[in-house]
Amino acid sequence: MRLGIEVSNITKKYNGDPILRNCSFSFKKPGVYILTGPNGCGKSTFLRISSLIEPPDSGTVIFFSDDNPVPADLQLRRRITLVLPKVGVFNATVFRNIAYGLKIRGIHGREAEEKVNRALEFVRLSHKKDQNGLTLSSGETQRLGIARALVIEPEILFLDEPTASVDQKNSLIIEEIILAMKKENGPTVIMTTHDQSQANRLADTLLVIRDGVLSAGGDRK
Amino acid sequence: MDSIIESFSKALSLILNLDRELREIIFLSIEVSGTALIAATIIGLPVSALLGFKRFPLRGAIISMLNTFMGLPPVAVGLFIYLLLSRSGPLGFLALLYTPTAMIIAQTILAFPIVASLSHSAIVSVDPIIRQASMTLGATPLQISLAIIREARYGIISAVIAGLGRVMAEVGAILIVGGNIAGFTRVMTTTIAMETDKGNFELALALGIILLTISLLINLALYFIQKRGVAGVNR
Ligand SMILES: Nc1ncnc2c1ncn2[C@@H]1O[C@H](COP(=O)(O)OP(=O)(O)OP(=O)(O)O)[C@@H](O)[C@H]1O
Ligand SMILES: [Mg+2]
Repeated sequence: MRLGIEVSNITKKYNGDPILRNCSFSFKKPGVYILTGPNGCGKSTFLRISSLIEPPDSGTVIFFSDDNPVPADLQLRRRITLVLPKVGVFNATVFRNIAYGLKIRGIHGREAEEKVNRALEFVRLSHKKDQNGLTLSSGETQRLGIARALVIEPEILFLDEPTASVDQKNSLIIEEIILAMKKENGPTVIMTTHDQSQANRLADTLLVIRDGVLSAGGDRK
Repeated sequence: MDSIIESFSKALSLILNLDRELREIIFLSIEVSGTALIAATIIGLPVSALLGFKRFPLRGAIISMLNTFMGLPPVAVGLFIYLLLSRSGPLGFLALLYTPTAMIIAQTILAFPIVASLSHSAIVSVDPIIRQASMTLGATPLQISLAIIREARYGIISAVIAGLGRVMAEVGAILIVGGNIAGFTRVMTTTIAMETDKGNFELALALGIILLTISLLINLALYFIQKRGVAGVNR
């Protein structure tokens, strides 16, 4: 039932510069995977490739449902989502930003409204519902990004540095959100961070990229 | 000095009484320029989207051409349309010369490059992160393009208003292809030109005041839309 990913021998070069070399990993168990590594080591690149936003130069990203491979089509892309580090807020209200993923799936009206309200509550942004999304603070923007992703009920949620430009308080709120998702049997989370203690608090599985190579940094379960 | 003041007061009374001739001239102006603008928008928006979203040969050349045509001299366009529509011209059989339709065609040609080029600029200046964000949320290619157009909406509306400003103010093209026939092809700008020539300042002045007011309103609208467009941005 649950979606898993098998990443095999991913390589990616930018301008001839190898960023990722032969990265392989299997994200099959549910839980929280945390990816760390120095600036520019390729974490964001790895997330974009595994979330099918960008193709690798070589290697494969294959999704599985109960060990059966799932074709990488629109339908699959709609079961996963990536929250970008800069989020990409639309020039519209917080409400409309969050409703976007529903709108493009043909979900409107009451049903959409209820789902958006639930997502807003989950990330504690209900009071900002009618504000323009572009006027939010960094911490609120990250929470908007998470709500916009959660509302479409993804089976795998990629988060790229959700707490990078965020103060301690908001960072802890975001951690609580991630832990709450886990408790509620939410999506598998694959997330990057630079905060080692945060990584230890959240991770079921720690991963690290060094010199373009991905390796498991210990299973904490 | 006295005659200026006299002309002014007569002009004001023309405006306040909404003189019938005045009314007809204003309505025809709005009809011609409005229709031309709608036509230019209907053609210009898809062109701007095509240029913004698709890569194809000659794309760059078309963009430069549109930019150049934004500054087309109205008299040149008028002359060109005149030659096309004149009785001995290739489209003479349509008998469109000296009709409002000819004026609409000329103004559409004037407004189209402005609408298309400025809308294209608005579309390509949308932050690329918007494309990525809508992609991550599961949008189809068409839905991604629509999301980008939505982000560009204020710029696109500004483009349309700039097109309106252009056609409402021009006189060269419609004078040549419309002929300024009383009660038929006479619009605000052509009337001003003619009545001034005749020394008939009251009507010219009345129309000048109205034209100025309209142009002020257009610019005010532009100002507020551009202000709204950046209202939310704090990063
Ligand atoms: N589209 C691109 N074009 C060219 N180079 C790129 C592109 N995307 C990433 N890179 C390069 O690839 C390398 C890895 O970038 P990436 O963003 O994946 O690193 P990161 O691990 O996420 O870094 P950070 O911790 O700073 O977020 C960097 O050197 C970056 O300059
Ligand atoms: Mg990064």
